[in-house]
Amino acid sequence: MSGADTTRERAAPRKPGLSRRRKRALSRAVQYAVFVAAVAALAVTADWGRLRNQFAQGDLAGEMFPEIITLALRNTVLYTVSGFVFGLVLGMVVALMRLSSVGPYRWVAGVYIEIFRGLPALLIFIFVGVAVPLAFPGTEIPGGTYGKVALALGLVSAAYMAETIRAGIQAVPRGQMEAARSLGFSHARAMVSIIVPQAFRIVIPPLTNELVLLFKDSSLVLFLGVTLQERELAKYGRDLASTTANSTPILVAGLCYLLVTVPLGFVVRRLEAKAGEAK
Amino acid sequence: MSTRTRTADTARTADTVPEIEISGLHKSFGDNHVLRGIDLEIGTGEVVCVIGPSGSGKSTLLRCVNLLEEPTGGRVVVGGTELTDPDVDIDAVRRRIGMVFQQFNLFPHLTVTENLTLPQRRVLRRDKAEAARVAAENLQRVGLAEKADAYPSSLSGGQQQRVAIARALAMGPSVMLFDEPTSALDPELVGDVLAVMRMLADEGMTMMVVTHEMTFAREVADRVVFMDGGVVVEDGTPGQVIGSPAHERTRHFLSRLLDPAMAEVEEGRGGPGPG
Repeated sequence: MSGADTTRERAAPRKPGLSRRRKRALSRAVQYAVFVAAVAALAVTADWGRLRNQFAQGDLAGEMFPEIITLALRNTVLYTVSGFVFGLVLGMVVALMRLSSVGPYRWVAGVYIEIFRGLPALLIFIFVGVAVPLAFPGTEIPGGTYGKVALALGLVSAAYMAETIRAGIQAVPRGQMEAARSLGFSHARAMVSIIVPQAFRIVIPPLTNELVLLFKDSSLVLFLGVTLQERELAKYGRDLASTTANSTPILVAGLCYLLVTVPLGFVVRRLEAKAGEAK
Repeated sequence: MSTRTRTADTARTADTVPEIEISGLHKSFGDNHVLRGIDLEIGTGEVVCVIGPSGSGKSTLLRCVNLLEEPTGGRVVVGGTELTDPDVDIDAVRRRIGMVFQQFNLFPHLTVTENLTLPQRRVLRRDKAEAARVAAENLQRVGLAEKADAYPSSLSGGQQQRVAIARALAMGPSVMLFDEPTSALDPELVGDVLAVMRMLADEGMTMMVVTHEMTFAREVADRVVFMDGGVVVEDGTPGQVIGSPAHERTRHFLSRLLDPAMAEVEEGRGGPGPG
C-alpha cells in the first residue's frame, strides 16, 4: 500500500497547501506591501514643513554658490587627490615590502597594515595634528594643512591600498614572472616592467573605490583646525549652518559630495564590468 | 672530487664545445626528490628531445638549465658559464638561453610587437629602431608579420606560441629550451608551431625540447633522451630510443603512447566536442 502511495506521489508531486510558486508570489506581494506601508508611514509622520524650513531654504542655498564649489569642493578634491597620491605611493612600497623575501620588511609592512586598518581615521587625523608636532618640535609638515591632510589620508589609505595592490600582484600568473626572468629581466625590473603594470589593471576598480572612501574621509579635516580658506565641504557646510542657524548648507554640502561620489561609483562599476569581460 | 670533475670538463670543452653540460644534477621539492642525478651533454647545434611519463622530472630538468628551478646539487654549465656558481650573473646568462613555455606566457598587456621589443630594450638596451627592426624580422620568421599590432588575447594558441618563440629569438639566444610547447594547443594548431621549431633546427639552433610529439622527435631530433623516475633511462638516436628501445621502461612508455586501442579511447573521449 505504502509502495503504491510513493509512486503516485512521484508521478504528481503535490504537497498539501500552497505550491512553491504560489508561495513565492505571495511572499513578493507581502514585501511590496511592507515597502509601500513604510514609505507611507514616513511620509505621513514626518513634519515636512519643519524639514523644509530647516533643510531647504532656497535663498540660503543660493547664497552658498559659487563659493561652495570654488572653495569648499575644490579643497575637498585637493585634499582627496593629495592623500590618494601619497597613499598610493606608500601603499605600493608597503605592498612590495609585504611580498619581500626579507623577513623584517614583511613584518614591518604587516604591522603597519594591521595598525592603520584597525584605527579609526579620526584618531589618525588627531595624531597627525597633535602628536607629530609634539614629538618632533620645530618640524613643520610641508604644505601646511594640505600636507597634514595628505599625510593623514595617505597613512590611512596606504594600508588598504597596500593589501589591494598585494592581491593584484599575486593575481598575475606566475608564468609572467618566469617568462620575464627567462628573457633576462632581473626580479626588480620584471616587477616594474611586467608584473606591476598588469597588477594595476586588476586593481584599478578597487583603487577607484578607495578614492570614493577617501573623498568622504577628507571631511575629517574638521578636526585639524583649518583657516577659512582651507575649509572643505563638511566644515564649510557646518560653519554656515551654525552662523545661519539653519541646516540647508549641510544638505547642499551633502549634494556636492554625491555630485562626485555617484559618478565615481558609476565609473567603478563600468571598470569592474570591463575587467570581468577581459577575463 | 669536484676539482676532478672540473678538470675533466675543461678538457672536454676544449675538444667539442658542448653548449649544455649537466652533471650530477639533483633537485628536491621538500621530500619530493624529482631529479636523482642527471648527467647530460648537448653539443652546439644539437637538437635533443626529452621524453618520458608525466612526473618523470623532464620539465624540472629543463627549468634547471636556465635556473628557473634552483638545483639542489650538481652542476649546470651553458656556453662555458657555470650557472650553479653563486657568483654568476644569472640574468646575463639567461639572455643567451631562450625559453618557450607550455602556456606561452606572452605579456597580455602588450601588443605582439611590444612583447618582442620591451625585453630587447629593457634587458639588452637596444634602441627603439633596432628593437623594432629585430622584432619585425623575427615575426616574419615565424610567419606572423601581419599580427604585429594585435594583442595576444586575439590570437589563437598556435599563433601565441609562435609569437613566444619569436620573442625568445629576438634576444639572440644561442640555446633554445622548449617546455612541452604544443601540449596546450588544439591538435590542428600543433603543426604550425612544430614547423617553426623544425626551421630553427635546420638553421642549426641548439635545442632542448621536452615533448610528447613522437613524430617530431623521430624526424627532427639528433638525440632522444628518455627519463623516468628522475633519472635518464635511455639516451641515443631517435632510431635507437624510439625505434628499438633497449629498456623495458622505455618500451612500456612508448607502447602506452602509441597503443592504437588507447588512442581510440582518447579520440572517443575528445570526439563529441565542437573542435
